[in-house]
Amino acid sequence: MHPVRRQRLLLVLFVVVFSSAAIGLVVYGLRGNINLFFPPAQVVAGEAPVGQPIRVGGMVVDGSIERSAEDLSVRFRLTDYSGEVPVVYTGILPDLFGEGQGAVASGVLNDNGVLEATEVLAKHDENYMPPEVAEALEQSGYDHSGVPK
Amino acid sequence: MWSFLHKLGSPPWLYAISGSILRWLLPLTLLALAAGVVWGLLFTPPDFRQGNSYRIIYIHVPAAVVALAGYYVMATAGAISLIWRMKMADVAMKAAAPVGAALTFAALFTGAVWGKPTWGTYWVWDARITSMLLLLFLYLGVVVLYEAYENKEAAGKACAVLSLVGTVNIPIIYKSVDWWYSLHQPASIKFTGDSTIDPSMLYPLLLMICAFYALFTCCLLLNMRAELLQREARTGWVRKLARGGE
Repeated sequence: MHPVRRQRLLLVLFVVVFSSAAIGLVVYGLRGNINLFFPPAQVVAGEAPVGQPIRVGGMVVDGSIERSAEDLSVRFRLTDYSGEVPVVYTGILPDLFGEGQGAVASGVLNDNGVLEATEVLAKHDENYMPPEVAEALEQSGYDHSGVPK
Repeated sequence: MWSFLHKLGSPPWLYAISGSILRWLLPLTLLALAAGVVWGLLFTPPDFRQGNSYRIIYIHVPAAVVALAGYYVMATAGAISLIWRMKMADVAMKAAAPVGAALTFAALFTGAVWGKPTWGTYWVWDARITSMLLLLFLYLGVVVLYEAYENKEAAGKACAVLSLVGTVNIPIIYKSVDWWYSLHQPASIKFTGDSTIDPSMLYPLLLMICAFYALFTCCLLLNMRAELLQREARTGWVRKLARGGE
């Protein structure tokens, strides 16, 4: 290769490698802040700030949803299978919200460790299948990612 | 091999060869797009949880995949034009930017439309969506930066550097759902291991991804041809073309 072109090639590689390294370090430094939500285990361990707006994400515990008879308020618990956070929320929930499904609640953690949510979003997982397949999996005792229950 | 590369640097040859590629690739692309849309929208089962709203996957995923791949096309063309000063690489880089921007916008827009009924919100600032928005700005940045320079050679260099620096964003977008907690779900199509999407839904999706790659190629070539004609407007072969000769 012509020496001038070789020099330009090295310059291009230098630009790509060093800008990637610089941005990689920035992203690595900010890794905690890039997460959209706290997992329940971190909230239970006291790593999430109390009295400040945060998001908590996890699975809605089976049988934990209690709806109020008078208004739209609802309470449920979020889990990541190593910690549980109770959530209270008043408002309309997304269609995909349900027990055993992922959800992300944003709100303020009170002194009793309860998240007073102002917004609840449903988190969809990566499993896509027709209803018949889901039913068949259910009957043979597997969950929707093909893992035995 | 070398003579082919040399010919690629010749505008009339590139114009002619891209014309003959488009003659069969363009109808094939439209056919594949039509087949994929009909298959995906009418002949696939609904999802067990999302019902019919999941069908936006047939536009959303192909647009996003090709938007990421298209960025590498743009950045590679930029690197070639920096190192070998190949004019046609500069043309390719300039031509790729608006196509990539359109695809990125399509991915963001369809994602927002799907997000409202599924998540309960149009937009959330999670790692995947934010880095995808950054990709849109990088594409638009290249488009705008090119036009900002009076001197087109300087414009090409500046855009090539910008697109090379931006390549770091591509693996970040791709891995964002695995590295951080995000609202966006991880990939359903897996290169290693079983995909977590049913085969009856997967095959039309793969067809649509191929169709979008072909669509990107068609748009890239059409843009390059338009740019070539504009740049070479004063040369003999374009004048001859304008008079109706091949």
